[in-house]
Amino acid sequence: MSSPAVALDDAVVTRGGFPLLAGVSLRIDRGTLVALRGANGAGKTSVLRLISGLERLRSGAGEVLGIDLLKGDRRELRRRVGWMGHDGSFYEDLTVRENLEFAARALRRPLSDIDSALDTVGLAHRYSTPARQLSAGQRRRMALGWIIVRRPELWLLDEPHAALDQSARDLVDELILDALGVGVTVVISAHDDLGPRLAPQKVVTLSGGRIAGSP
Amino acid sequence: MIRVAWLVAMKDLRIEMRSRVLLWQVVPFAVLSLVLAGLALGPEKAGSSSSAPGLFYLVVLFVALAVVQRSRGLESTPGTRASVATLGLDPAGVFLGKSLALTLELWVLGVTLLGGSVLFLHIALVGALKALPNVAVTLGVMATAGTLYGALTTGGDGPVTLLPLLTLPAFVPLLVAGERSLSAALYGGPLWEWWVIVVVALVAYAAVGIAVYGVLEES
Repeated sequence: MSSPAVALDDAVVTRGGFPLLAGVSLRIDRGTLVALRGANGAGKTSVLRLISGLERLRSGAGEVLGIDLLKGDRRELRRRVGWMGHDGSFYEDLTVRENLEFAARALRRPLSDIDSALDTVGLAHRYSTPARQLSAGQRRRMALGWIIVRRPELWLLDEPHAALDQSARDLVDELILDALGVGVTVVISAHDDLGPRLAPQKVVTLSGGRIAGSP
Repeated sequence: MIRVAWLVAMKDLRIEMRSRVLLWQVVPFAVLSLVLAGLALGPEKAGSSSSAPGLFYLVVLFVALAVVQRSRGLESTPGTRASVATLGLDPAGVFLGKSLALTLELWVLGVTLLGGSVLFLHIALVGALKALPNVAVTLGVMATAGTLYGALTTGGDGPVTLLPLLTLPAFVPLLVAGERSLSAALYGGPLWEWWVIVVVALVAYAAVGIAVYGVLEES
């Protein structure tokens, strides 16, 4: 049996002395879809940031994609995850294509993937538009394009449906299903139900930096 | 490391060319500051005053702080930081790349300001040309030190006003060495000891930056 994609045991994360996560234990199997639910400030984003290697594990234990969160190389971990935050921020003065090119070059991914990624996310016609001129929905699409070009093993999507119209939501769902189809692990944080197309294997509810329920 | 440095430098320079902040905001500010410095000296003293090298470097200091702040600002929005952090770039490469881009930007400003000093502070053109290599290295040290202190101030969500406070003391020896070398180039005197100071500072800041930039970014 393969090791889980994510294994957290009593994970504690603090910022400025304030506990963002106060003892979270969680196991996510490879190739599965997991939804993190909870109110604002419940700790959903903090769990995603910890898993992505963006937050430091203060105490407890954790392993993501076989990398120990306490002793392992978090930089190596970050290279292997795809992150889509709330705002999908990039270099505002670079064009859509230049932003994706930067990511591809940084990770030595083929530049030939960029055009197909732009096609997939419906931004082929905006390839030369500076990121600052994109709408909120287009920024989300660009964030997805960034993930596609990077080909990560683990997708971490922070409220991916927020600020999207129905066609963009459908696109997000389709890309997630495609990723799951090739064995990628996907973790999504969301306030609401993920919709009819996405059926998570696990739904984890967070409250006050702890897991309140996991049916 | 070199590959990442090149990637980051090209990215920063491309952003600069696209936004034209340097051209339309920093250069006019620099030239205006130089004109004001000339006016402060008084038109009859500007041409003969030995204060010109000091005024030149004082203006360089102001614009260097603005450019360092700008360079840091490119990376400092929380979303951009998270997106770019997940690329797992070699921090030493990022440091060198940002330093290189900043150095090139400061060189543009340095040449503009030397030209402005010839016009407004009436320094000798031959002396300005003679000082050019030393000015270039001094600006390189400022860029390297600025990149390092920039990471120190914004890596931990520090207030933007902290950058000048931390950077100014680090720039003082450079300011003195730069002013002395420019004076030597303009009015005569030994240059080599000032060369030693700026080259040692360049090597020291580059070594420290390569070693600790990653730690600062993570803090």
